[in-house]
Amino acid sequence: MSLFDSVESAWTALKCNLLRSILTTFGIIIGVASVIVLAAVGSGARHEVEERVAGLGSNMLVVFSGAHRINGRTTGTGTERPLSEADLGAIREKVRGVVAVSGQLSGAGPIVYGNANWTSTLTGVHSEFSLVREWPVILGRDFTLSDVRGSAKVAILGQSVVAQLFAGADPIGAAIRVKNTPFEVVGVLGLKGSTSMGRDQDDVVLMPMTTARNQIVGKSQLTPDQAGQLYIKFEPDFDLPEAQLEIEQLLRSRRRIPTGGEDDFEVRNLAEFMKARNEVFSTMTYLLAVTSIVSLIVGGIGIMNVMLVAVTERTREIGLRMAVGGRRRDIMRQFLLEAIALCAMGGLIGCIVGITAAYGLANAVEWPIRISLDVIAIALSFAAATGILFGYVPARRAADLNPIEALRSD
Amino acid sequence: MSFSANVLYFDGNGRNALRETAHSMPAAMPIPDNPYVISFSSVSKRYVIGGQAVHALDDVSLSIAAGDFVAIMGASGSGKSTLMNLIGALDTPTTGELSIEGRSVRGLSSEELADFRNKQIGFVFQQFNLLARTSALKQVMLPLRYARPRLENLELRARQRLEQVGLGDRIDHHPSQLSGGQQQRVAIARALVNNPSILLADEPTGALDTATSAEIMTLFEKLNRDGLTIILVTHDSSIADYARRKVTLRDGKIVTDVSALAGSVQNRVPA
Repeated sequence: MSLFDSVESAWTALKCNLLRSILTTFGIIIGVASVIVLAAVGSGARHEVEERVAGLGSNMLVVFSGAHRINGRTTGTGTERPLSEADLGAIREKVRGVVAVSGQLSGAGPIVYGNANWTSTLTGVHSEFSLVREWPVILGRDFTLSDVRGSAKVAILGQSVVAQLFAGADPIGAAIRVKNTPFEVVGVLGLKGSTSMGRDQDDVVLMPMTTARNQIVGKSQLTPDQAGQLYIKFEPDFDLPEAQLEIEQLLRSRRRIPTGGEDDFEVRNLAEFMKARNEVFSTMTYLLAVTSIVSLIVGGIGIMNVMLVAVTERTREIGLRMAVGGRRRDIMRQFLLEAIALCAMGGLIGCIVGITAAYGLANAVEWPIRISLDVIAIALSFAAATGILFGYVPARRAADLNPIEALRSD
Repeated sequence: MSFSANVLYFDGNGRNALRETAHSMPAAMPIPDNPYVISFSSVSKRYVIGGQAVHALDDVSLSIAAGDFVAIMGASGSGKSTLMNLIGALDTPTTGELSIEGRSVRGLSSEELADFRNKQIGFVFQQFNLLARTSALKQVMLPLRYARPRLENLELRARQRLEQVGLGDRIDHHPSQLSGGQQQRVAIARALVNNPSILLADEPTGALDTATSAEIMTLFEKLNRDGLTIILVTHDSSIADYARRKVTLRDGKIVTDVSALAGSVQNRVPA
């Protein structure tokens, strides 16, 4: 019997018991739907983390000034003695493997262009900032060393600021006022997206570090040359944990922290930090995977049960098929195909349910989801494999029937 | 195979008077070395039931010529079902030689038996054994689908057989939309579709009323006249009367073997 004929008779048999067939496939539907939901959520989360890790810039360490303790309570990162321009210079000079460095000193304030105004993050950076953060200037020009040395009143705008103030007009060369100081827009940054905390990174105005210190953020009493957070980019595949130790030693000695004393700064590998957060997601994914395997097994047992019933009900039909020339393997294949068709049907319904549920989740709780074709293919092949696995025993039983007894059965 | 109209006359007390002419029919066919389509020689079939050996068939020798119409009769337990299963290649003998169409069925695997049944045997059952919710056309196509090597024009062949049994206008009907007689005709078309050497009918009229039974038997007669070997298993002697030869079994042995032509008991077993 040709495969097409076998599929056709399998389908006919399922149609005859449509309600029973659909009820039987519920386990498979739930199994496949949960595989798809978890894969969509898992890969969405992973994809987002990867994007953000890439967005941070690769091979990068960040130095924050530490949390200041008052009476045993910390007052938050950056409340301790700020990091200085000199610290940055020392790291650039003394730590091995450094490719580029930039400070990032942030404040906030209003920006005015013509009639439009907008309050944004104002950030002082060094000329290597876009290199360190892998955040290119897509229009106009980047800052130069002389911009930074000369406290030039030039600004590079993030996409959100451009959208708010310029509404389609070309911002390059435009005169804006930042905290009432006139600036010339020299460049526009590429789109970066939001952080994992939901902050819009494109809502930013960059200016040279010196300009920010002089005009916007103001000088720190403790550290006149404060440089905010220090971003340090290393050579590709450089040993970051080793570099982290070097930076810590250098800063401890520069900041005269006694042996055994607590650091008043913190060096972080942000990519690692984010990946670690993602581990939590992976654990959840494993749990969901176990759940869906369990429901596929339960579904498979349901399929096996209904197929055993079908073999008993259709013993005469099996006998007839054997009498007119059906070989054992034909019978075997027919019942296996029926089990697979049941599972495939459940798989398809499960796909629809799963995709709907994933989009529902994405809308309801704003999880990032990603549905890829290979996940659907994997889910469907799992369903088919369940059909083969649990369809085997009933199909074997059908094929092993004695045609004489099968024809005689009621 | 064609016959002149004068073959078809009936006498008053039975249907057997016309057999003389019909009986000469096999002579018109090419006669191979073995003119018998079925030959049993000293065939026994034993089953073990509850630790006790049961002789379902006990040293039976029987030959059936191509083109014959044989009724196999006997009470239940006489061995007629066993004989039918052996002729239908559903089973193989415990001892003795059984050849169908010149081919020994002993030692054939279940796969070979299936292929053999597919090509050589057409089955007709008491309960029709049609597939549920399947059109007449698909029912008749079933044996063609199991045929190896694969056949072409399955639909056309099936349609022709349905026309032959007078159901050309019912090909899309499901069993539930057909009368008992029509269902049995579908089953007969299914049995014929692969051009078998033998039509094996097991109580084909057992589920039908008298008038419909007569129609079915008339169809069998016509098929037989066209050269088909028919073996009819029945306990109903009025049905058996349609056959040219009646073989009666009791306790696993042939007790009478009557040819309607001669009206006498004869031993057809080759020496």
